[in-house]
Amino acid sequence: MLRVGVIAATFVACVAFAEPLGLPPVPIPADNPPTPEKVKLGDKLFNDKRFSATGEVSCATCHDKEKGFTDGLQVSEGINKLKGTRNAPTVVNAAYLKTQFWDGREPTLESQSTQPFLNPVEMALPSHDPIVKIVRTDPEYIDLFKRAFGKTGDKVTMKEVTQAIASFERTLLAGNSPFDRYFYGGEKTAMSPVAIRGFDVFINQGRCVSCHVIEQTQALFTDNRFHMIGSGAKQMPKNLDDLAAAVEEVKKKGTDIAVLSNEKTSSLGRYAVTRDLTDIGAFKTPTLRNVALTAPYLHDGSLKTLEEVIQFYNNGGREKETDPVPELLSGGIRPLNLSNEQQADLVEFLKALTSPEFAKK
Amino acid sequence: MKMNRRAFLKTTGAAAMASALPISLVRVAFGEKNPAKDFTFAYISDAHIQQIEGSKFVRNWDMGLIRAVQEANLLTPRPDFFFFGGDLAQLGKKEELDHGLEIISNLRGKVYYVMGEHDYYLDLGKYWESKISPLWYSFDHKGVHFVVLTSILTYDEWTYHKWATPMDRMLAMARLDNPEGSPFLVGEKQRDWLKKDLEKVNKSTPLVVCSHSPLQKIYKGWNFWTDDAESVQTLLKPFDKVTVIYGHVHQIQYNQVGSISFHAVMATAWPWPYPKSYVQQANRLPRLTVPMNRADPFFERDATGWQFINVRTGNVDMEYQLPSNENRSVAFSPKTGSPQDSKYQNVNRRVPPQNHY
Repeated sequence: MLRVGVIAATFVACVAFAEPLGLPPVPIPADNPPTPEKVKLGDKLFNDKRFSATGEVSCATCHDKEKGFTDGLQVSEGINKLKGTRNAPTVVNAAYLKTQFWDGREPTLESQSTQPFLNPVEMALPSHDPIVKIVRTDPEYIDLFKRAFGKTGDKVTMKEVTQAIASFERTLLAGNSPFDRYFYGGEKTAMSPVAIRGFDVFINQGRCVSCHVIEQTQALFTDNRFHMIGSGAKQMPKNLDDLAAAVEEVKKKGTDIAVLSNEKTSSLGRYAVTRDLTDIGAFKTPTLRNVALTAPYLHDGSLKTLEEVIQFYNNGGREKETDPVPELLSGGIRPLNLSNEQQADLVEFLKALTSPEFAKK
Repeated sequence: MKMNRRAFLKTTGAAAMASALPISLVRVAFGEKNPAKDFTFAYISDAHIQQIEGSKFVRNWDMGLIRAVQEANLLTPRPDFFFFGGDLAQLGKKEELDHGLEIISNLRGKVYYVMGEHDYYLDLGKYWESKISPLWYSFDHKGVHFVVLTSILTYDEWTYHKWATPMDRMLAMARLDNPEGSPFLVGEKQRDWLKKDLEKVNKSTPLVVCSHSPLQKIYKGWNFWTDDAESVQTLLKPFDKVTVIYGHVHQIQYNQVGSISFHAVMATAWPWPYPKSYVQQANRLPRLTVPMNRADPFFERDATGWQFINVRTGNVDMEYQLPSNENRSVAFSPKTGSPQDSKYQNVNRRVPPQNHY
């Protein structure tokens, strides 16, 4: 990675637009500077349903622009309506994330995009070959790859395909929300008084900001870390044998396939990647931008509304107060004692994180 | 063991880490020809279970112990047994001890108990002795002689004649930097018992001694100290391989005195700072009267942990399990004849102390 300042310069020079209010410069890998040609190509690849076994699923199927680049389902559906185990995370602002997927099993947007093509419950291709074949022979792609990478024929590989998709994804940015205008833009009326009260809960008694980070000049609403917040606690392996079996499955099938095919294995979270005990059941802090548009919530889509999510945190990582406290719950998660009014205020604040270009018209 | 620690981790350890097992205990034959003597155990300490009122207990301390128990249950291969290193309770109350025992009862395996001052000074160990464990005892396991001492006794005058109520006494002993405090002692009676106990043991038998306070003198103001440490050390020194494991200090410490290796264990409740880093030149910081703040104030398990231990060489390899922090390994090095941190022993890799206060 280049240093941030350099990155910004490169980015602006190549794609020529500035980040919206409330966002830092987009980090750009040194070997994949974005260009308008790459972005255009990436957009087309992102929406191409031919890259699935049935010809019915594209990246955009689960990351639908109309739904904040998610799919509105509890867990995503791939070919033939096959279900995975995880709620589709938004692609918006994924460019800023230090790791990709709920368990951070891939470090970059480029490497992330190789996996859903092959996962049996997603696009289910037997290998990347069909994709490579299409992009080398489809006349439109031949032209686009030539413009974007100066390459044709055998020189076009999955590397260029993933670089183009990642370049497109780096343009999917959300800032300039009522919150940004209020907090960074100095527009005191950009948020409603209720949302302003909710902001106070967010950064104080609610302790939301500890993970959903807001900084002096920017807010990504994630700490890029992994926390066991209580979601998936009911599916988690209860004993050593179960845990060993789940880990064995991860080793045998690979993380991507293992975690999307089995709820129990999915519930391992970050542990499936690191095998560090702290990471059992821990999932990446997602951004909260456009969160009002991306229901349902949590890694398994188990909560339907923002009200339910806040109730869940208020109960210290439990849907009901009577549920047992998960043994390996992150030390940061504990009952918050928020009043009903504070919870309602918090919901209003979260609604103020919707960027205008994504807001439902 | 001819391999040094680093080489060992690189080969055996790395291979084990990559195996299917959820968490890998490094297990190597104790003597090459005697694999039966290869064993590990886990050590949890300083839970400080604290009753607020009735059935309400401090959640943070509960969660620390619950987490350690749950994690230790995921060790594989299974440790031969567990130790609890003392300070199960905060103020020695029956309710606190019972609540702590209930959490520990989920540990899958035999648990040996060490008495801490927070367990003792309310009723002088009566409930502990009746329900949990004798105050001092020894046992043999696969060729290693284990001794458990109650090192947190003190002078009779202080214990029996100074305080209006047992709770006054308990609260006085629970304070750091207390001018009314009193240094810990193993005491003559127990030392006599120890002397007799060790007479039966061959000097080449590896010895592991578990106490709550360090059987060495580190910092008197916080009772990181046992007043008759030298007398106890004198009894241990004739043995070829001695390891003293202690709690109380809530931090990683290690040291070598003659043939005796010292290892401290982490607390599951809260960390203490190193006395040296805390007690520097005069400053205007308020006196430390509450558990230190976390480096990470959000994550209340920061700087706490528990450990598993292998005795493959007859000396102790201490594997610190530190939630959300990098796990640490402190193992006896035959080359230098003292415990060494597998990573931070190297001067170039040490984290420099903060002196900017």
